[in-house]
Amino acid sequence: MTTLDIATAPVRPSLASRYNTFMSRHASLMPTFAAIAILIVIFVGAQIYFGNFVTPRNISALLLDNAYLLILAVGMTFVIITGGIDLSVGSVMAFTGIWLAKLLAGGTSAVIAIPVIILGGAVIGLLIGVLVQYFDVQPFIASLAGLFLARGLAYVVSLSSIRVENEAVLWLQSTRWHVGSWYITPTGVLALLVVAIGALVMHFTRFGRTIYAIGGNEQSARLMGLNIARTKVAVYVISGVCAGLAGLVLTAYSGAGYPRNGIGTELDAIAAVVIGGTLLTGGRGYVLGSMVGVFVYGTINTVISFMGAEQSWTRIIVGFLLLVFIVVQRAIVARAERRG
Amino acid sequence: MDQAQPLLEITGATVFFGADAAIDGVDFRMFPGEVHSLMGENGAGKSTLIKAITGVLPLDAGVLTLAGEELHLHTPVDAQRAGISTVYQEIELLPNVSVAENIFLGREPRRLHMIDNRTMRAQARRVLAELGLDIDPASLLGSHSVAVQQLVAIARAISADLRVLVLDEPTSSLDVDEVAELFRVIRELKQRGVAILFVSHFLDQVYEICDRVTVLRDGKLVGEYLTRELLRIDLVHKMLGHKETELKSRSRAPASDGDGAAPFLTARGLTHAPRIVDADIDIFEGRVLGVAGLLGSGRTELARAVTGIDHLHSGVIMIAGADQVFTSPRKALNKGVAYSSENRRTEGIVAELTVLENIVLAVQADRGIWHRMRPARQRELAASWVEALGIRPADLDRPAGTLSGGNQQKVMLARLLALAPRLLVLDEPTRGIDIGAKVEIQNLVGELADNGLSLIFISAELEEVLRVSDRVAVLRDGRIVDTLATAETSVDAVLALVARPSQEDEALA
Repeated sequence: MTTLDIATAPVRPSLASRYNTFMSRHASLMPTFAAIAILIVIFVGAQIYFGNFVTPRNISALLLDNAYLLILAVGMTFVIITGGIDLSVGSVMAFTGIWLAKLLAGGTSAVIAIPVIILGGAVIGLLIGVLVQYFDVQPFIASLAGLFLARGLAYVVSLSSIRVENEAVLWLQSTRWHVGSWYITPTGVLALLVVAIGALVMHFTRFGRTIYAIGGNEQSARLMGLNIARTKVAVYVISGVCAGLAGLVLTAYSGAGYPRNGIGTELDAIAAVVIGGTLLTGGRGYVLGSMVGVFVYGTINTVISFMGAEQSWTRIIVGFLLLVFIVVQRAIVARAERRG
Repeated sequence: MDQAQPLLEITGATVFFGADAAIDGVDFRMFPGEVHSLMGENGAGKSTLIKAITGVLPLDAGVLTLAGEELHLHTPVDAQRAGISTVYQEIELLPNVSVAENIFLGREPRRLHMIDNRTMRAQARRVLAELGLDIDPASLLGSHSVAVQQLVAIARAISADLRVLVLDEPTSSLDVDEVAELFRVIRELKQRGVAILFVSHFLDQVYEICDRVTVLRDGKLVGEYLTRELLRIDLVHKMLGHKETELKSRSRAPASDGDGAAPFLTARGLTHAPRIVDADIDIFEGRVLGVAGLLGSGRTELARAVTGIDHLHSGVIMIAGADQVFTSPRKALNKGVAYSSENRRTEGIVAELTVLENIVLAVQADRGIWHRMRPARQRELAASWVEALGIRPADLDRPAGTLSGGNQQKVMLARLLALAPRLLVLDEPTRGIDIGAKVEIQNLVGELADNGLSLIFISAELEEVLRVSDRVAVLRDGRIVDTLATAETSVDAVLALVARPSQEDEALA
């Protein structure tokens, strides 16, 4: 049954067997495909409804308006695939953003201030990672502690917003590189770079595969001799770094740091990641899928504002989508379990 | 299979759990190119010895050498690096990544730090081909059957430098064809000089594939034998053994005019494949039916089939001539059939609740939420049972988890007896409890039977089963081989039934 003569020449695979092979290799891609399908549906629908929705200007703006969320989602993907969660990223983003603004306003050069705030994000991530791995604290609780810590630190830095006058930082957002009618800013490039690096690390490095291993079966991963401890701490550090980068991007985008930024943004990031096809239970998911999830989120936002409706409708629709996706994920996992 | 030097040798292995020695001064050795089996009943120390060899538990005393060099294993990873790989009963692999990755994770071929997927898949294909497996290395592991996953686990083991392979109950979830496939792979590995430790309670399989067998009992080494020189019956004898008994044997009330009366409960063709197949039993009032057989022969499964815990695949149960369908334990309890589990801690007492609460639990559940027993009545009931069964300490408000094993067992009994059942199924009631409590419970069984209760008594200790029961059903590989009157049989006769070799073995032996 399982033993075939290897010397036999392979038969041209039929469509059915090709489908089977694809499914057996990439079953976990299904939710991501669903997300892409939804994105296309929304685009098509909006184009039909509004007439001038799918334009280079709007698509370019889609990336730039959501660059900060894209970066957060990449970090969040790393954490969620290990089976954890990071509730602190919104607050860390606010903290690093306001801290950057304060440093710049105080005369610190951008070359120093930017790495410093990113390091700040990394340190908070490290704290959370250490709590999770070495003190056996649930990721929910550990990152919640990080949330409060970061938010508190943000208020310590400043209770009100601080404008950014620094040339270098403003350059990140105001510069536009045009390709035809499309344009992109350095922040957009940064976001796409983070996505690319994230995807490469996840799929082509031992570190990335260890992340999937931990999410798949941590006990097995340990028995296979993988370095669980270092990896688990590292994903929270990565998430913290991403939060720091997002703080930079958001501050550049709005031209000011604001301590009340990002309240609830971690939940937007989680929603985007889940819609993009990552299972909250861990072990399955794709960074590129999270990117699709962010675009779904952003597009819904744009559609809502196009319609002139209240912004809160975005949340309602995203909530509904999230529910649908989780049910779909559950069905997929249940079917896989039954087969295995 | 020449008598070369042993590849792996462990001498004087001792591991303590608290004050008890799980294994005590055990010697064990494995030769290259040989399949060696470790045999023994529950509590014999098998899994402890295996954990010591595979680096899961440290040795408190004893020396482990591999190819003559002393090894100190602190973690399973140390064992793997030394070339000792384990394939666990629950496949300890990753279902969410590909077959190739499962084989190479942690050792992937890389170019400039990036994993070279194509090379990895090619290497995986090669390793799988060595095992005769033609599966897509890029497919997710979870998309394959347990049998295939197990072979992938072996592929992972052989893709590294494998010297000793430990197979822990590898055939529990496999069908006949898959077992044959696994054995083919094992013979392949033998050719390569790998030493294989085959842990299984299936006697037939042990005799089919193993060259050598080591028997443990009560944490001590009984002996090491070649399978071609050891008759099955002798093996079973060494596993179960004749134990020194200082127990007074209690004389049973003489068989009254119960014989000849119709059975209270009849079961025919009970099947919950594959663990129990086509079992017939008759239960008479005031009589004890013992169930004897090796671990894995279907003892607990038979009990669970009769008491409504497992859904029957086929078979009928009749009480007083009327067909019964026990779709749940509650239905069985309603008909007076109660089950006392062998897992005292997880399926028996509720450790955090008090003795009082544990005892009245079933009665209260029976009455339902709208008919709470008055606290005074509860206390009265519980106190009467504590006295009747001699539960010590006689403190109703102690958490049941603080009682000794024997007293916990009595609490479980009290709970079930409070329901006034007609048939009580006791699964390993005396396991892990001290001699004094064992005797008390055995006597109790006799008293209950004298008072008209029917009992099924399951135990791994043959002498105990024969002492306590009126008749004994002997199980082997999920089937009842025979049901004998205990007065007309002996431990040796039952042992012979349990270990009866198959036809081929008789020809060889």
